[in-house]
Amino acid sequence: MSTLTATWDWLADPAHWSGDNGVWHRLLQHLLLTVVCLVLSCLLALPVALVLGHLGRGGALAVNISNAGRAVPTFAVLVLLLLTPVGNWGEGPTVVALVLFAVPPLLTNAYVGMRGVDRGVVQAARGMGMTGRQLMFHVELPLSLPLLMNGVRIAAVQLVATATIAALAGGGGLGRIITAGFNLASTPQVVAGALLVAVFALLVEGGFEIAERLGPAWARGGR
Amino acid sequence: MTAAPDDCLARNEWICGAYLSSRRGILLDAVVQHLQLTSLAVLIGLAVAVPLAVLARRWGWAAGPVLALTTILYTIPSLAMFSLLLPLYGLSATLVVAGLVLYSLTLLVRNLLAGLRAVPEETRQAARGLGYGPIRLLLTVELPLALPAAMAGLRIATVSAVSLVTVGAIVGYGGLGNLVYAGMNTYFKAQVLTASVLCVLIAIAADLLLLGVQRLITPWTRAARA
Repeated sequence: MSTLTATWDWLADPAHWSGDNGVWHRLLQHLLLTVVCLVLSCLLALPVALVLGHLGRGGALAVNISNAGRAVPTFAVLVLLLLTPVGNWGEGPTVVALVLFAVPPLLTNAYVGMRGVDRGVVQAARGMGMTGRQLMFHVELPLSLPLLMNGVRIAAVQLVATATIAALAGGGGLGRIITAGFNLASTPQVVAGALLVAVFALLVEGGFEIAERLGPAWARGGR
Repeated sequence: MTAAPDDCLARNEWICGAYLSSRRGILLDAVVQHLQLTSLAVLIGLAVAVPLAVLARRWGWAAGPVLALTTILYTIPSLAMFSLLLPLYGLSATLVVAGLVLYSLTLLVRNLLAGLRAVPEETRQAARGLGYGPIRLLLTVELPLALPAAMAGLRIATVSAVSLVTVGAIVGYGGLGNLVYAGMNTYFKAQVLTASVLCVLIAIAADLLLLGVQRLITPWTRAARA
């Protein structure tokens, strides 16, 4: 396979790894975008989901927002944002789009987790005189943690994928290696970039998998 | 300065009736390509997923590897997936369809398997007691009972495919995504918005259509809920 060897040659060339368009810089951008946006979306989505789940309100919204998020093409949202004033703002469109697509799985999973807590346990806690706040933080939150963490994992994988597509709309990250490869009509570069992205995504997924296995038993999902 | 026509196209507005009427042919072609790529991918995905799920159900040891493989495929970002297929298919519609098939496989296999596993053992035994062979059991008892879960997977897979087709614009076969891509390069706001909205509308229409089909072919679920 000539493409395979050419791809290997591309990856083995140290010139492709250094500099502003090099792999290391793009990898760092990708990682930074993913982490920053994951933290941002958690800060946005989790408090809302926990409060809604605790109160048992807004369930239809929290559950359906995930389905709606799936129907909206990431690429189209990125381009729409690029053409709005947000587009003049450097990585603005990428960050906004990333957060927009990471919020739905977080919201849905955390909400479902909160509502899935055994009602008997909740009533027992109330019977012991727990206040609403104590109930939320000491009973419902720990018990819903497996689903909540599953949401974080889905969101993280989604973020990696969305950050890749952002390259189509001029955003930074590993996807730029792929789009640059297409512009140069260089199949080895396209494949090399795709391999890097795939490995990165699988490492993120694998990292969550390992964290889940090493975590305390009560925080493990029954998947 | 020559007087440019002062319509919404010249002013580059987001919502533009003149765009709709003057580019009707382009829009229609893009919609048709979008529908073709999506339906082809989902149908092929379904044709591959059903035997995979049935085999994974029959032989317990196969379930783990099958699910792991489809999960790995689903984790790979769409742009990377299309790019990895480039040496195999070149810049073609086949590449986009193949990428979409791999994605829909995950959702379809997972849901089909969950549906098959949820068939109560008593039901299976009752059918066996009535003299059903394994094939008749599968076709007339297990698969129909797995239909609601399978249809749920099919709906998710279809909606995802509709939105993922747009990424195919990178190889020139992205349906409405092509219009978004071209519109991005020329800052053509009306084209980007129109194509995006059409894409969401297709996804919603496909979802509702499949929901209708689901109600038609699984009347017993409605009776149970009422």
